[in-house]
Amino acid sequence: MSKQLLIGNEAVARGLYEAGLRVASSYPGTPSTEITECIAKYDDVYSEWAPNEKVAMEVAAGAAIAGARSFCGMKHVGLNVAADPLFTASYTGINAGMVIAVADDPGMHSSQNEQDSRHYAKASKLMMLEPSDSEECLQFAKRALALSEQFDAPVILRLTTRVAHSRSLAEVGEREEIDLKPYTKDPMKYVMMPGMAIKKHVVVEQRILDQVAWAETTDLNREEMYNTDIGVITSGITYTYAKEALGEGASYLKLGCVYPLPVERIRAFAAKCKKVYVLEELDPFLEEHCRQNGIAVIGKEAFTLQGEYSQSLIKKVILGQEDASVATDLEIPARPPVLCAGCPHRGLFYALKKLNVFVSGDIGCYTLGALAPLAMIDTCICMGASVSALHGRNKADEANAKKSVAVIGDSTFMHSGVTGLIDIAYNQSNSTVIILDNSITGMTGHQDNPTTGKTIKGDPTTAVSLELLAKAVGIDRVRVVDPYNLEECERVIREEVEADEPSVVISRRPCALLKYVKHKPPMHVDADKCVGCKMCMKIGCPAISMKDKKSVIDFTQCVGCAVCSQLCKFGAIKEGDAK
Amino acid sequence: MSTKSIMIVGVGGQGTLLASRLLGAALLSAGYDVKVSEVHGMSQRGGSVVTYVKYGDRVYSPIVQKGQADLILAFEQLEAARWLPFLKTDGTIIANTQKMDPMPVVTGAAVYPEGVLDAIRCTGVQLRAVDALSLAVEAGSTKAVNVVLIGVMAAHMDIDRAVWEQAIRDTVPQKFLDMNLKAFALGYENAG
Repeated sequence: MSKQLLIGNEAVARGLYEAGLRVASSYPGTPSTEITECIAKYDDVYSEWAPNEKVAMEVAAGAAIAGARSFCGMKHVGLNVAADPLFTASYTGINAGMVIAVADDPGMHSSQNEQDSRHYAKASKLMMLEPSDSEECLQFAKRALALSEQFDAPVILRLTTRVAHSRSLAEVGEREEIDLKPYTKDPMKYVMMPGMAIKKHVVVEQRILDQVAWAETTDLNREEMYNTDIGVITSGITYTYAKEALGEGASYLKLGCVYPLPVERIRAFAAKCKKVYVLEELDPFLEEHCRQNGIAVIGKEAFTLQGEYSQSLIKKVILGQEDASVATDLEIPARPPVLCAGCPHRGLFYALKKLNVFVSGDIGCYTLGALAPLAMIDTCICMGASVSALHGRNKADEANAKKSVAVIGDSTFMHSGVTGLIDIAYNQSNSTVIILDNSITGMTGHQDNPTTGKTIKGDPTTAVSLELLAKAVGIDRVRVVDPYNLEECERVIREEVEADEPSVVISRRPCALLKYVKHKPPMHVDADKCVGCKMCMKIGCPAISMKDKKSVIDFTQCVGCAVCSQLCKFGAIKEGDAK
Repeated sequence: MSTKSIMIVGVGGQGTLLASRLLGAALLSAGYDVKVSEVHGMSQRGGSVVTYVKYGDRVYSPIVQKGQADLILAFEQLEAARWLPFLKTDGTIIANTQKMDPMPVVTGAAVYPEGVLDAIRCTGVQLRAVDALSLAVEAGSTKAVNVVLIGVMAAHMDIDRAVWEQAIRDTVPQKFLDMNLKAFALGYENAG
């Protein structure tokens, strides 16, 4: 036993490991990714990256029914993808314990929406635990596996960005080896056809009643009584904000289990306090439960449905206090994230800019192509939508089909782009899909995927061939370009959008941040030749700036990709160090 | 003791995460309860990044808000000014003098303001400006800027130098250890 400083995700992984986890399957997604990355370091657990969250959850369900304690993890929007198995796994129940981690992102640090996943627990009728720090992440993960077996149903572990990505102390223990539980054939339990499911629904409703009774007494929900002028009902990260803001000036009902919720316990706590606040980020989930049961509380009318809470917000609203601060009177320009120096997406987006096409975008690093100066993405909805939404657009407006493309990364294409491509081939829209194949899942921090030829543990495996896959679904025109070659990109994409049939262009070059990628020496500007025309600035490379009306290249950032030198009409940008 | 709050701010890719890990490890071995809040994902790609480090007898919230930081370690001038409102009015800000143009400045949509450090000084907070890039080059690598700055910060904190050096030994790969220890020493000795 030792105390270690772990991020919440690492602590979840440790807790699952200690509780005898045997199978883990996930798809990466900030802020959930590190749970599965950390599980992959344990040799006695089978772990994998699945092509998407639905597959991951089905793998975990299959493993649990086979008798192995299992896990799948995802970000909030990933749970939308996995919602289908989620709702029916609630009916079949499990054999060995199954835990589903979902990481919400209040404040949208790295997400396309701010949904509150607690609604999924209620809708799928599954228990949901919510830890506040790394110690609880570790303990709740263990408890979740045991509770899953106690109630014969998966248990959801809900994290938010600040819990998932904050380091705090957690007590690390030993692993408990748990044998595979025997599987017994039981179609009434595991085969969900109407005849069986009608009976199972009764079981599910009874299970919720049993869990409510459990929630009335469990130590995962706890009262902390100090000053009773202010009562606070809270959970997760918001508990830590409330404790810092109010200390012993308030009393707390800290809910470790956010679904199902106790009724009598909340009523009893509220009765002891003069004024009761519900403190929760995003939707009024706890608040509505209180109101439904006739418990008077102050909630969203005083706080907010948007973004994150904080100790400052709580202090301001409840105590009317604010901390003094200073500021300069300077106008400070924003610093948005950018495509890295040497990013292979840059050249491809520049080619699209020259072609002036509509770009149906997707989720990944390349979404940054929407920002100036490239500004070449028209839409971004969700994983895979670039391909299917382009098909819809081209069916709606066939006259403009030759002025549009979709861009999608290799991992995102595997996740849910291929189904859209099948639609394009099957229903024949004149669409051009560009797969930005950088040989990795980039934005979430370099995870392997079915196209990279490596497993989560780095072992060699079969790699999906994007060319063969596109051909197999019925796309005859499939071409490969190097995004560092601007002329080739522009020419090939022009030919493909103008063709009278569906096509796929694979823009292939590994992510510049991959360790195995060998870089050329940095480029340099010959100041005598540079006329300061700023052509090289049009690609938005963070290594290039203007100094004294001449372009300069930052040698600490440049990786020698030479895309900028192809733009210079004066031959001023040269390979290698200036010496 | 009451909880102390530190912020490490900079530009994605400058090594602020390693700096916060080193700080967390040093505080832990000094016997404090510690929380470190990191930024992952989208914000890392050359954007403005911030890490919160809090320590004391018992730390609850892992984040720092306006007017709450005892110390800000800024890896870049503009970021120092951006996050200044998070400093306590009697707090200390250590700023690397390095300037990095954000994309709106590169594209000409905005200008990098002049006199950033003077403007910070005028607000009445304690400012310590350091040319960490030159010291990093002296230590052997431009990548050691983060460890130079940790050295500067260490000199402003009440933790034994040996504890910091051990944290570096525990965190940094062996082949870069000497260079990083030199970078730390240069920062520590030029802390002013």
